Amino acid sequence: MAKQHITTTINGEESEYLCEAQETLLDVLRDQVGLTGTKEGCSSGDCGACSVMLDGVLVCSCLVLGVEAEGKTVETIEGMADGDELHPLQQKFLEEAALQCGFCTPGVLVAAKALLDMNNNPTETEVRYWLAGNLCRCTGYDKIIRAVMDTAADMRGASA
Amino acid sequence: MNEQPKQFKWVGTRTIRPDGVDKVTGRAMYGADLTLPGMLQGKVVRSPHAHARIISIDTSAAEALTGVKAVVTAADMPEADSKLVAAGEAMINFRDLAHNVIARDKVLYDGHAVAAVAATTNDIAERAAALIKVKYEVLPHVIDVLEAMKDDAPVLHDNMFTGGVKPKPEKASNVANRVEFGMGDVEAGFAAADLIIERKFTTEPVHQAYIEPHAVVADMGQDGKVDVWCSSQGHFMVRSFCAGLLKIDMSKIKVSAAEIGGGFGGKTTVYLEPLAIMLSRKAGRPVRMAMSREEVFRGSGPTSGAAMTVKIGATKDGRITAGDATLYFQAGAFPGSPVGPACMTAFTPYNLDNVRVVGFDVVSNRQKVVAYRAPGAPISEYAVESIVDELASKLGIDPIDFRTKNAALEGTKAAYGVTFGAIGMQETLDAAKATEHYKIPLGPNQGRGVASGFWFNIGGESCAGIRINEDGTVALSEGSPDIGGSRASMAIMAAEVLGIDVNKVKPTVVDTDAIGYHFVTGGSRVTFATGMAVVDASKAVVDEMRARVAKVWEVDIEGVVWEDGHARPASTNVGDFDPMSLAEIAAIANKTGGPISGHADINAKGAGPAFGTHICDVEVDPETGFVTVLRYTAVQDVGRAIHPGYVEGQLQGGAAQGIGWALNEAYIYDKNGCVDNPGFLDYRVPVASDLPMIDAILVEVPNPTHPFGVRGVGEVPIIPPLAAVNNAVAAATGTRFTALPLSPPAILAGMAAKN
Repeated sequence: MAKQHITTTINGEESEYLCEAQETLLDVLRDQVGLTGTKEGCSSGDCGACSVMLDGVLVCSCLVLGVEAEGKTVETIEGMADGDELHPLQQKFLEEAALQCGFCTPGVLVAAKALLDMNNNPTETEVRYWLAGNLCRCTGYDKIIRAVMDTAADMRGASA
Repeated sequence: MNEQPKQFKWVGTRTIRPDGVDKVTGRAMYGADLTLPGMLQGKVVRSPHAHARIISIDTSAAEALTGVKAVVTAADMPEADSKLVAAGEAMINFRDLAHNVIARDKVLYDGHAVAAVAATTNDIAERAAALIKVKYEVLPHVIDVLEAMKDDAPVLHDNMFTGGVKPKPEKASNVANRVEFGMGDVEAGFAAADLIIERKFTTEPVHQAYIEPHAVVADMGQDGKVDVWCSSQGHFMVRSFCAGLLKIDMSKIKVSAAEIGGGFGGKTTVYLEPLAIMLSRKAGRPVRMAMSREEVFRGSGPTSGAAMTVKIGATKDGRITAGDATLYFQAGAFPGSPVGPACMTAFTPYNLDNVRVVGFDVVSNRQKVVAYRAPGAPISEYAVESIVDELASKLGIDPIDFRTKNAALEGTKAAYGVTFGAIGMQETLDAAKATEHYKIPLGPNQGRGVASGFWFNIGGESCAGIRINEDGTVALSEGSPDIGGSRASMAIMAAEVLGIDVNKVKPTVVDTDAIGYHFVTGGSRVTFATGMAVVDASKAVVDEMRARVAKVWEVDIEGVVWEDGHARPASTNVGDFDPMSLAEIAAIANKTGGPISGHADINAKGAGPAFGTHICDVEVDPETGFVTVLRYTAVQDVGRAIHPGYVEGQLQGGAAQGIGWALNEAYIYDKNGCVDNPGFLDYRVPVASDLPMIDAILVEVPNPTHPFGVRGVGEVPIIPPLAAVNNAVAAATGTRFTALPLSPPAILAGMAAKN
């Protein structure tokens, strides 16, 4: 079967790729576009390592087909920093040791940013439930939750 | 956090990890992230049966498929020598390792690899795998450890005779080995007891469940040289195992350590790596292989499940008089469960006179177990700590006070033969008792549990190279895959010795061609052992710089001391010289003898044993049996925290894994012996909403053999949670549970039985 030609916007840049109809957005990002920051942990939507934003909605890219990105915008971990300027979440994760192996980190950061973009004053419970779809096996989540809440506090302070 | 007097500039500070920016921006390269020109995709064909004889394998249809470049089976691999090698912290027979990588004659578990294929795309490789026709003769299987020990159980290996018993059995069985440890007179000890409790316990196999599946890229050239890139806890281990399995000279194999997405012991052996090399050899092109999550569960090792009987006696005033345990451990399809360390650690938090522990290593038709964080100890200590708690409760003694009456101290002899030096078991109890957590009143249906844990920690082979760059920055080379921030600790230790800014030190985990042999990242050894090598190499560089400056000043080397990153005259008698900084010395290195570097190649001895004590509060819903963890505190003697943030993270992460083990996690098999829950939906690891904050309290009783006092920290934290949760549930429900996981149905059944 002929490959599909897809035009989309990835991290603010117009991008084109060819993909098979059955290929997931995750596989396309990693194998065609060369953005390997988005990780594959399960391919069943259970671990969240492949989290990306699709038209502003947080999705598991393993559950989205590559062809579904036609005409849409995709944001991945590679687009999170502004040049050399890390996003406040990225910076806070480093300062507070909120990562160990780092494999779940891209997905966690993408998901956490989606939360803070909507709600810059989440409770601990809100953060825990929002990130319940992002498995981390190293940290026990403690420092991740704290880093997200501390970032939110900083962002509130900066905007006050 | 206890305040230490300010002795160090960098040790004990929370620096930004050197690999951090790569990891928060998606730039870090993990096992499956490498693409090479012409690279093929490999897939494994796995057994759908728990136990079957392979009658034939027909690969012709797969090989005929367009895009398929290579197919391999066990027939392509040389038969391995039968010899014992270290696999992580356990020993495994090399021939068993070979047969686990790819089945020969028989498949021994659901998911056992039988063939592998490489093709131009993943899709073609998957279709080709489905075209490989394996004809099986299905054999009776056995899953449960006690069933596997019965006389009429299906025997997995007809050449396996129980070791450790005399005389050697005449009949082959599934019992691979019997081990025994002990001291004193257990019967006399029980005779002196006022209260004796004996119970049987069971635990289920649990998977390390690292989020990154196993992945490798292998590239074998026409000259026989092999490049391997993989996610592993030991790229030297990968080299050694692949060389041995495939009969290739080690010098021809170069292994590079990808960033590793978790391991917890599960990546201390090989699965895909030899297959990828075989496929690359046949295809003449690089091959990438990555497991799916289902393959991780079905085709890589969990840790053992176990059946145990534990008996402990104590006097009325709370002194333990004897401990006796018998442990039956599932090894999976090949011998090598962690029953040895389980026996050795079972009673070791305590100073006991009379101990006996007997262990059995039993094979059954399950995935071959591999190391999981403190292999064996969480299992045996769960049983012991549950009874210790029950003794304290029945004797009316606070559980921390009860442990204090029996705690192992400096000079205590453990049942496995070691007499402890400086250890911090008591200090963890004191710190736990002093927490606010321990004083918080509990509500209805709530309970508090305490448990302690012990792990040996290990040293082993490590190397380090320190090179002073021309501009005064420092290149630090070492070979321990960085699984949780160890490069940050290496940079800190080097900066401390060299007296320079930590950001001037760039640590790199280099490939197997670039540095000497390292034992795996495991056994909580890296910050201790590789750290020791880094300190030694840094000191060698300091001595070299002193020698260079002595040459410039035309004095003896003894006349030059190193302080705060500068060479200074040892006294005014040496002469009136301006101090020279490391950067100044680097700038003139070409005039003083050439490039400046230091190396250390060591086999580190004197790893500090470590102890922890955890407190867990739970609430049990009496209608559903659901357990909510309300509060959790993990206290541990860490010797010295080089980077406290990542040390706390070890305590928190280990506690979370232990909580999952206690409450949720288990392999479930169907009636055919196949894994019923090989995915994260049905094999539930703790998610963020399952857990509270985990307070990590670092107690520092320095390890006298390490220059900064480091003890390993990674493994102890997974030991206490199983019993801490179990004891909390007992307190909340008034019912003693003896089987993990503590699932809601199990708790409801237990509560119903009591009423």
